[in-house]
Amino acid sequence: MKLKERLTVAWRLFVIFFKIGAFTFGGGYAMIPLIQHETVETHHMIDESDILDIVAIAESTPGPIAINSATFIGYQAAGVIGSLAATFGVVLPSFVIILLISFFLRQFMEFAVVRYAFAGIRAGVLALILKAFVSMYKQCPKGAISYLIAAAAFVLSVFTNINVIFIIIGAGVIGLITYLLSLRKEEKA
Amino acid sequence: MIFLDLFLSFFKIGAFTFGGGYAMLPLIEKEVAAHGWMTTEQLVNFVAVSESTPGPFAVNIATYIGSEMGGQFTAVPDWLGSFLGSLCATFGVVLPSLIIILIIAKCYLAFKNSRVVKGCMTGLRPVTVGLIGAAVLTIGQSVFFAQGFSLAPLKTAAFWCSAVLCAASAVMGFKKIHPIIIICISAVVGIGLGYLGVWG
Repeated sequence: MKLKERLTVAWRLFVIFFKIGAFTFGGGYAMIPLIQHETVETHHMIDESDILDIVAIAESTPGPIAINSATFIGYQAAGVIGSLAATFGVVLPSFVIILLISFFLRQFMEFAVVRYAFAGIRAGVLALILKAFVSMYKQCPKGAISYLIAAAAFVLSVFTNINVIFIIIGAGVIGLITYLLSLRKEEKA
Repeated sequence: MIFLDLFLSFFKIGAFTFGGGYAMLPLIEKEVAAHGWMTTEQLVNFVAVSESTPGPFAVNIATYIGSEMGGQFTAVPDWLGSFLGSLCATFGVVLPSLIIILIIAKCYLAFKNSRVVKGCMTGLRPVTVGLIGAAVLTIGQSVFFAQGFSLAPLKTAAFWCSAVLCAASAVMGFKKIHPIIIICISAVVGIGLGYLGVWG
């Protein structure tokens, strides 16, 4: 692809992902159908079958799903320039909106009515987080090791000051070792 | 320096959370508490703001904390500090994704079928569940036992109203009612209860 062509695609990626960033509430997973509609159906930038791969990769690499998918699709469509354009596009609306809100939120909190509203909202948000917990539990592989890792992470996080990053790395290593051991067992059998 | 702190903290958050969205909450909660950037109560308030504004949670919270903390940097005007702070935090949370995905995009079939990746994921999914469970506990404490664990809150109307509201929201959540609607309903109920004097 020539540079000029690449820049045209990059600009289109920026516009598409700006729209996606500006109009999806609820982050990553809520964006997938929109991303699919815009990049596969409308602009034919990637293939239908790529979408599943993109979700799988966005989930198994660190970082927000939205950023991971934007970077990945941008790269597939127009190389590094494309990935920068798509990522910048998806971040920009959030950045501008929240920056503006941050100037007002503190002053807003001085009104009794806003404080009351947030007292109610906090109870509602707790339920939303609880729901996220349940849906992540459902996606989680079941089995003794899995439960053990989850329980150990919970206990270590609540009762010790061990850095969460070490807990995450430890879980990854344990997962890897047990997975490789189970593969070896299967091969022998 | 605050700008470097913001960048590094959010870089860590971006580099070590798998699954996006609420999976980031435990790390953000610990990181924010360690620096004294926000109370748990403020964090929960912001989760509601983030649900009600477009965009990914990670970017929203990075921008917000960056703006709040950068604004307190005295060497520059408030607005400039806020802008720089939110820029550093947001750049920090995005950068690990950008680097990692660019590397993987070149060899993604190998990555997708890799035993190492599959193996790590079998450990990373349950760890996220455990860590979110711990975050639920911390956040639950800030909602129900803001002054520390004791029996005193059990005698207040605020405790029982929050409990009912939380249970009702959970039911609505599992009935697939949109989070924004749940937030609006709890806001209206919260305002009503406030004027009845429940929140004190």
